Amino acid sequence: MRYFAQRFGFFILSLWAAITINFLLPRFMPGNPAEVMITRYQGRLNPLVLHSLELQFGISHQPLWQQYVTYVQNMIHGQFGLSITYYPVPVISVIENSLPWTLGLAGTATVVSSILGVLLGIFAAWKRGGMADTLLPVVTTFTSAIPYQWLALLLLYIFGFSLGWFPTAHSYSATLSPSLHPAFIGNVLDHAILPATTMIVTALGGWLLGMRNNMIHTLGEDYVVFAEAKGVTQKRLKYMYAARNAMLPSLTGFGMALGFVVGGSVLVESVFSYPGIGYQLVTAVQNEDYPLMQGLFLIIAVSVLLANFIVEMLYGKLDPRVKKGGAGRS
Amino acid sequence: MSIQNDSKSNRLRTFPGVQAIRNFLKDTRAKTGIIIFTFFSLIAILAPVLTPYNPNDNNFVPLTPPSLQHWLGTTGNGQDVFSQFVWGARTSLSIGLLAGLISTVLSVLIGMYPGYRGGWMDRIFDTITNVFLVIPSLPLIIVISSYVHSAGPWVIVFVIGLTGWAGGARVLRAQTLTYRNRDFISAAKLGGSSELRILVWEIVPNMLSLIISNFMFGTLGAILAEAGLEFLGLGNVSVVSWGTMLYWSDSGGALLMGAWWWLLPEGLAIALFGMSLALMNFGIDQLTNPRLRSDSLNKKKARIKRRESNANI
Repeated sequence: MRYFAQRFGFFILSLWAAITINFLLPRFMPGNPAEVMITRYQGRLNPLVLHSLELQFGISHQPLWQQYVTYVQNMIHGQFGLSITYYPVPVISVIENSLPWTLGLAGTATVVSSILGVLLGIFAAWKRGGMADTLLPVVTTFTSAIPYQWLALLLLYIFGFSLGWFPTAHSYSATLSPSLHPAFIGNVLDHAILPATTMIVTALGGWLLGMRNNMIHTLGEDYVVFAEAKGVTQKRLKYMYAARNAMLPSLTGFGMALGFVVGGSVLVESVFSYPGIGYQLVTAVQNEDYPLMQGLFLIIAVSVLLANFIVEMLYGKLDPRVKKGGAGRS
Repeated sequence: MSIQNDSKSNRLRTFPGVQAIRNFLKDTRAKTGIIIFTFFSLIAILAPVLTPYNPNDNNFVPLTPPSLQHWLGTTGNGQDVFSQFVWGARTSLSIGLLAGLISTVLSVLIGMYPGYRGGWMDRIFDTITNVFLVIPSLPLIIVISSYVHSAGPWVIVFVIGLTGWAGGARVLRAQTLTYRNRDFISAAKLGGSSELRILVWEIVPNMLSLIISNFMFGTLGAILAEAGLEFLGLGNVSVVSWGTMLYWSDSGGALLMGAWWWLLPEGLAIALFGMSLALMNFGIDQLTNPRLRSDSLNKKKARIKRRESNANI
């Protein structure tokens, strides 16, 4: 219970930090970017909307702390204001429409790449010094240094444009309407394959290396040597004894990896015009749609924080030591 | 007196000396990494000598494939791709290395000093580190740069450097904690060394490999972040860098025009340079963590050990 409270406290604290960053940034940037934006839209937007924009971005005579209190209240209630790009659609509904796409895409990509990477890591460590162990880490150092957008462009060109195997943009064909019909689901998967592959390829290396190193460490532990001496079968030794324990540190990496994937998905979605959070973020930035941008940033942060929180909870279940605070984690 | 001598010899023993460098070079991966790294660094340093044309000169026939006049062809705007590539290396590598340096210095300051001091200061800074660790950095960088209009290279260096320190700080703090109560630190304390002196002269040398590896991954992350930012058009697109080359080739529809030479070099170069950093890090890893060594000697040792343990049973 104490562990839960601690983790939950941390979740709230980081959420508060994300909101505060959002609040402070436009207010302390040189040249007051929000003011520039608002004067640009003078006469083009409803004066009431302009006024609420002014309040949201700190162009008012209220003292800072008062602005801050109102701001935090608005954020907690999901009142992110109106999007300028999609005027007069509220930011929250833009988010509602795009979040599922990113969660589906980035979530699947993370799960697939982590499972694949961990399995390959186990394999490399087990065949220590073999062909796979020498080659895999080197190959994956290359793949994990590839810029997301570059790989995305190449895949798009080769498999989408030249070969015509996969669609080149959007999350489903315009001729279909969203439903749970198999044809629609197949269409969605078809659209997701290239962007997901981009993320999986670039994220694989981290998982592989981390797992390999942990696995080698675990294989050197006394209890593994003892189990081998006791005559435990090789397969059991590999998965039940070594891999199971070596996987724990990889699991804590999961939450952070999600953060990277979300970052990467910004670039990938922008190349594939995939209508997720990342694509909207780029659109917002290009249109200087600050309310939309702030809302999206907050939602991205919250998703990563939540994922982290869930992983921490799972971790507490899987490794009871952390609950007792023995492992020195704060 | 004897205490000081003790701490001194300890320092000498642990400071990565000639033997360490020799071990480092023995690793094929590290060697390959150094070669690639040196290659790109030389390109960046020698840019004015290497380039036949001004990278911004757009008087050539657009979209000509590689030829003797234009080794890597020309862009859709009529610039020489090779010249852009070479000058772009200079911008991208400088941004990457500088931002990597800034984030490493921050990691050292925020991770190690409070970690060494302990108490409330450590608790506060550790919490801050963990918060920054979970806030996704690329979206944060994008948001910050969008408030600064068409950010120049310097702004990008600072934004990336200031947002990328958390991961390193966490690792360095954890390692510092394991040193805090070691004998040689107590000895130095008894010898009357100041806190700062102990940190800089006793702990930092012991953690040098970790700090260097932190710097390498910081640089790798920074180069990728720069490429991402520029690709989205958030930087100053008139500056020539690998990132802006990606931006222009994408917005100019390089691949749709079949102009692969406009897109391939810079993306490949980023991946190769990033790989060289990671490869060098393998070498460093093996220095600090002998268990990871994969050279033949170690393998033989392991085999003998295994046979022995089998024989014993």
